[in-house]
Formats: sequence, structure tokens, C-alpha cells
Amino acid sequence: MTETDDYEHYEAVVVGAGPGGAAAAAVLAQQGVETLVLERGVDAGSKNVSGGLLFAEESAPYTLDDLFPDFREEATERPVTESYMHNVAGDQVHTIDLEDVHEAGVEYCDSVLRRKMDSWLADQVHELARETGGGLLTEVRANGLLRENGEIVGVTCDELDPIRADVVIAADGVNSELARDAGMMNWDEPDDYFQGVKAVVDMPEGAIEERFDVDDGEGASHLFAGDLFDGVRGGGFLYTNDDTLSIGTVFHLDSIADERAEPQQLLDGLLTHPLLAQWLGDDYEELEYSAKLVPDSKKVAHPSPHQGRLLLVGDAAGQMQAQGPIIKGMNHAVSAGALAAEAFVDSRTRGTSSAGDLYEQKLRSEGVMDDLRPARYRASRAVTESDAVSGFTDALVDSFVGRAGVSLLGGTVESLFNSQFLLGMIPDTKTSYVTIPQVLGEELGEPIEGGPSQVEPPDLADRIGDLTYNTDVGNPHIEVLDESYDASGTAVTACPVSAEDFGGGCYRSETVERDGTEERVVSLDTQPCVECGTCAVVADTDWEHPRGGKGVEYEQG
Amino acid sequence: MHCVTLTKGVPDFREGQVSFDEDGHLERGDTPTVMNPNDEPALRAALQTKIRNGGTTSVMSMGPPGYGDVLREAMESVYADDLYLLSDREMAAADTWATAITVATGLKRLEPDLVFAGFKTADGETGHTGPQTAWCLDWPLVTHVVALDVDADEGVLRAKRLVEGDVDEIETVEAPLPAFVVADPEFDPSYRKAAHRLKHKDLREETRARAQNHEDHLTVWDHEDLNLDPDFIGLDGSPTIVEGVDPIPRAPAERDATMVDPSDEDAMGDVVEELTQYAGGD
Repeated sequence: MTETDDYEHYEAVVVGAGPGGAAAAAVLAQQGVETLVLERGVDAGSKNVSGGLLFAEESAPYTLDDLFPDFREEATERPVTESYMHNVAGDQVHTIDLEDVHEAGVEYCDSVLRRKMDSWLADQVHELARETGGGLLTEVRANGLLRENGEIVGVTCDELDPIRADVVIAADGVNSELARDAGMMNWDEPDDYFQGVKAVVDMPEGAIEERFDVDDGEGASHLFAGDLFDGVRGGGFLYTNDDTLSIGTVFHLDSIADERAEPQQLLDGLLTHPLLAQWLGDDYEELEYSAKLVPDSKKVAHPSPHQGRLLLVGDAAGQMQAQGPIIKGMNHAVSAGALAAEAFVDSRTRGTSSAGDLYEQKLRSEGVMDDLRPARYRASRAVTESDAVSGFTDALVDSFVGRAGVSLLGGTVESLFNSQFLLGMIPDTKTSYVTIPQVLGEELGEPIEGGPSQVEPPDLADRIGDLTYNTDVGNPHIEVLDESYDASGTAVTACPVSAEDFGGGCYRSETVERDGTEERVVSLDTQPCVECGTCAVVADTDWEHPRGGKGVEYEQG
Repeated sequence: MHCVTLTKGVPDFREGQVSFDEDGHLERGDTPTVMNPNDEPALRAALQTKIRNGGTTSVMSMGPPGYGDVLREAMESVYADDLYLLSDREMAAADTWATAITVATGLKRLEPDLVFAGFKTADGETGHTGPQTAWCLDWPLVTHVVALDVDADEGVLRAKRLVEGDVDEIETVEAPLPAFVVADPEFDPSYRKAAHRLKHKDLREETRARAQNHEDHLTVWDHEDLNLDPDFIGLDGSPTIVEGVDPIPRAPAERDATMVDPSDEDAMGDVVEELTQYAGGD
């Protein structure tokens, strides 16, 4: 650390200690770059949620176990070796083995819980970075970019004086404040995002092996689509951890907003579905409810994720690949983080190109960008996602002709779902998420065995009550700019910790009388906020993260 | 920069730890000894000085040889480099005056730049020992400190003091070193540099290892080591005469309590009815 005009200077500042930030910092530190990592949570992982599968692809330039010895032994849950897709229609289900697509080009796929994984990574990163004169600090929120004569020269923080850096790697997540400060990402369009909610569920010892028919140290992935989500576009997942299950739902945010769907109710619809009774048993114990916004890389992966000394990595750059039923985010963040670090080191030694330009080149040459924004999707999207076409295909699949076609396909459906090529073209319409799975379930499905579900998920008040919060009293991090129901009412339903007719959440709608006329408005209490960012997209707000160490603290993640 | 923090072992007055006999007298033998909780602000201030200004930090206490746990706890709080215990039968049963003379003599041996003390002990609660020790040393005394900045080059400290009155005021003062600082419970350490926070993490790791073997870093001094006349320390050197000790009387119960079984709906209905009249926010 050297000081200039009283500001500290580090060669590299990495913001965010998720997998992208950890990978970036590890590569920088291994190359001797003085690296400071800033994490806003009380612990790395305490702010982070993912569905829970970490893919390591054979073609990936970097994986976490390349960068961190013993990573899989210490930080992941189970290797997931089986993968199934369940197409549900009423009391029928048609199950497809997704083994081929799950394993295609994949070195391994482990289930993970983020608190455990990220905090382990952070310990390793701190040790590596400390050798360079830097290190990793928790409870520090970088809130913006430090500029000098219009150029980005570092970061500003809530807890620390501004810090100068030769490179700033922003791995600060889907709601990246640095990317927004740079004007590189915005929260304008709900259809740029998915929203995921998840429950981590306790499992008795031995239950996972027994109920999922897997060996000790092996795990399974189950995906769900069809008519179990009231027509909202998306699906469900279930992954086995060491001694818990991660069960969740992921929907297109525009669909959640348009349908006025309540995310926690959609999750309950999955949890209480008879199909899940075989795995959940009679004693349902939910350990944690969580939520996260997921950028859809097909639409928002930044083609040129850098500006001056600022390089965006992972969700902050929209690098989250959702292709059909398979969602991959952490692996791309790891590749991008390591490539950003490599780019900075290269630019310093060569001195010919900027780190940002080199980073962009590497994302392309290493194939990361191709995964994130597949050309096949771009080419077919204009046709398949237009309302007229999707309405037509929807009707076609659902028609007698379509149903006959699906029936005739029989076993071929499985190989179609396992086609990487086709998955790359799957349009984000109701047809692929709801209609096809539902028709598959109806035409090819078997009756679901077993009786009705005994599962009683906790209500929203209990879910909120079970979360740990360190509330920044008197300093709310979100402000509603337009409280009219028209502008911000969608937040009442779309927010995963709010609901119509529920007074204990973030957003509530109420009718007030003003100047003799009745007005419907929304009010906000940020205390139960899980910092997913949904309201920033669907409502008119001024949205920031809470200060370092404040807000929600996930134990599982 | 060499800082010394004074601490004391006191009975653990927390519920479940403390033990009183039938007459309401403290049962010292059945009550564990812990570090005076009111010393924590002093330890925070000393730690801030060590992290921001570098140097070494010592902890000093006066008491029986069994103070090991108290000193280890203090070492962990302040990431102390070494520990000093003034311990001797001749020093026993000292009042605040005799304690101040003894402690000041020990401090002179160490020649520190700064001494930190808590604002009072949880047992005696006089708040005298710190200021009297400063008087014995003839050093500037800065009390009620809520924020501190030490300028080693200039040889001064600048402090913000919380001056309580009708309206709380913050007074900014400057004092030459060496100086004696009494930290207010509101003392708020400030680490605005990443380097400070990184050093904080380093010290925490280092100290954790050192505190495991804290006795290796402990120096015990008796009255002969300090060249103190037994007539002026301990019970003999204490002008305070304790005339008697009265247990604190229990607060008289003025209100009747009615026990209600929460599962009894009728009874709970009565409770709600009873409370409803206050629900207007009055």
C-alpha cells in the first residue's frame, strides 16, 4: 500500500468475494499483483445465493479447483451425477433423463451452498492476497467509482476513504453498483432478468441416499416444468447437498410481473406437489428461504464489459447463462474473473493494449462470450419470440396435431432435450416453459405415485422471521420514488418477501385519501429486504445495497 | 508508540454467573472472575492506537495470581504484546488510592506514551482509580474520550470528549504525550484505511496464537520489585474505611401479577381486552 494525497493505492481492487471475485483475486495475487478485495457481507457468501450447481466445463479456461487446491473437498456439497427433467400435467408426469446434456463437455458438476463455498474461497484469497500487500476485507461496501478528470481511478466506499487502483474488477453481482455508476448496466427491463427463490431443506442422515437412490457422495438434480406454476414462465429445481436439499423456482421476471405472481407461492406450489413427496418425506424442515435476481446473458451479457480501468465480471456483466433447463453462472464468472486478471497482468507486461481490450478479446477467444450470447439464439429469437409466432406455436403444440406429434416422438423427446444445439435455440416463450412440458406430461406421462403431499411450508412471516438481519436502523437502502400503485405496485407481488394482504413484508399496498380522492399507493419497509433487486426493476425506486455488514445475512446461501 | 491498558478482574455479574447468599451478599468463591466489562472501551482505544500508529501494547492489572483468564481475555481484546500483573499479599485489600500508587509505580517502570483506563469498574464503580493514577504520574488526564487521534510526530493526542449536560456536547482537546486516557463507553474506533483493517486481521491471527500461551508473556511484580513500602500500599495504605456493607434491597413489588396460560383462550381474551384501552398510543 502506498499513499498519494492521503488516498490509499492498491494495484488492483476487486469488489465482491463471490466466485468471480475470488478467481480474479487469486490470479492477480499469484502473479504478484498487490490486490485488495472488498466484500460487503459480514462474511463472504453471506449475501450470495445460487440455485446451487457449479459446473466445471472441459473447455473452460479456468475452474475453481484449478485455482484453489482442495476446493471440491472443502467447499462443495455433492458431485451431481444424475439429472432429470419432470414434465408435469395435473397428476401425470413425464420424466426425461437429461444425463447427456448435463454431462456434455462437463468435467464435473457439484452442488454448492454459497455461504460455505464463498467463505472458504475468501480465506484462501485473503492468504494469497496478503502476500502481495493486499488482502480481503469484509463489511466494506464499495458504493461507486472514484474519478479524476472524468477517468475512473478507483473506488469509493461507505466504510473507508476512497481507494485508488490501477485496475478495478467489479464482481459485485447482479445489482452491481459499480456497473451502474459507469452507466454500463441498468435495471430497465424485466425481461432481461429471471428471478429465483429457493428453500434449503434439512434432510435426516441417510435420507438423501435412500430417497434419491444415490451412493454416498453422489447427488442428483431434478428439474420441473409444466402446469405446476399457474402459467408463469419458468421452472423448478431440486439439488441434493451434503445433508440438505436446495429446492427452488426460477421465472422470467417479466412473467412474474405481468401475471402478478407471488414468487413464494409458486415455490410452495412446487414444495407441496405430490411429485416431491417421495423426496421430502413427512417432516419438512426449511432452514432458509432466499431469493436472487439472475441476469439473462442472452440479452444482457455486456459485449464489451469494461470502461477505462473498470472491468466487469460475472453477474455484474450479465454473464449468466440460462439455456433451456440448465443454468450456468458461477463457472462463467470464474472464467471471466480469471481472464480479467490475466488481461491486467498482460497489459502491464506488454504495455500495448489496455486491460479492458485484452479482457474483451479473451472472453471471445476463450469461448465465454459464445456461451453467454449464442449466435443461434440471436438468429432465431426474432422469429420465435415474436408474439404472433409464439402464440401460433403455443396453439400448435397444444392442438390435436401437435399432441399427436409429441406422442409419436415418444422416446425421441429425451434426445431432443439432450441436444445442445436445440437448447441453444430454445425461445423464452410460454411454449417452451409451459406448453410443451404440459403436453408431454399429458400425452406421455405416467400417473404420479403416492398420496398427497404432507409438506407444509412455512408462511412468509416465518420465512422472514427465520432470516438473520442486521438492520441499519434509520438508514433505509431503498427509496420509493413514485409511490403510486401504477408505478410501483408490481413490487408488492413480485418482491419475494412481500405479498398482497401481507403486512410484514417490504412492500404493501394501501388506499389513502388525498384531497378528497382515494388513491392506491405502495409503502416500503426495507427491514425484511433480501437485497435481490427485483423492486429496482419492476418499481420506481432509488436502490442501493445496505452498508457493509448490514442487511440480510444468509447462513446457507 | 507504547500503550498500556489497565484492567481489573471483577465478579461476573451476569445472570446465571453471579451468586448471592441469603443475606444478599456476593458469594465471591462461587462467582467467576472476568475482565471488567467497562474496560472494553479502553481496550478498543488502545487497539485503535496500535493499529493506526504501530508500536507495542501492554496490559497491566493488579490482583491475585489467579488472574490468568482475565489477562488472557484482555490480551485477545487489545492484541497485547505483553502482560503485567502486580501481585503480592502486601497489595491486597487496597482502596482506589493505594491501588493508584501501586499501579502508577508499575507504569513508571514501563515508560509508556499512553495509558488507557476504563471509566469505572463493575464492582467498586467509583471511577477513581484511573484519574488518581494519572495524578500520581502527574500526566495530562483526558476523560470521556469518544474518538482519538494520536500524532506521534507532533507528540500529541487529539481527542473528542463527550461532555454530558442538559445537551450532550462534544469537546475537542489536545494533550501532549505521555498522557492518560479514560475511554467513554461510547468510544468508537475508526478505521478508514484498508491497510488498518488488514493489519487488524493480521494482529487478530497473531494474538490468537500468542494468547494460547499468554503466561509466556506475563511479568509478575511484587512490592519489592517495585520498591514499594508496604505501609503505603494494600490495606495499610488505604485511607478508605468501610463502615459496613448493605445489600441492595429488592425493589418492592407494587403491582399484582396475574398468571395467564397462553393456551387458555378466555383468559387471553381478558388480557387483550385489558390492553386494548392502551392501544391508542396514549
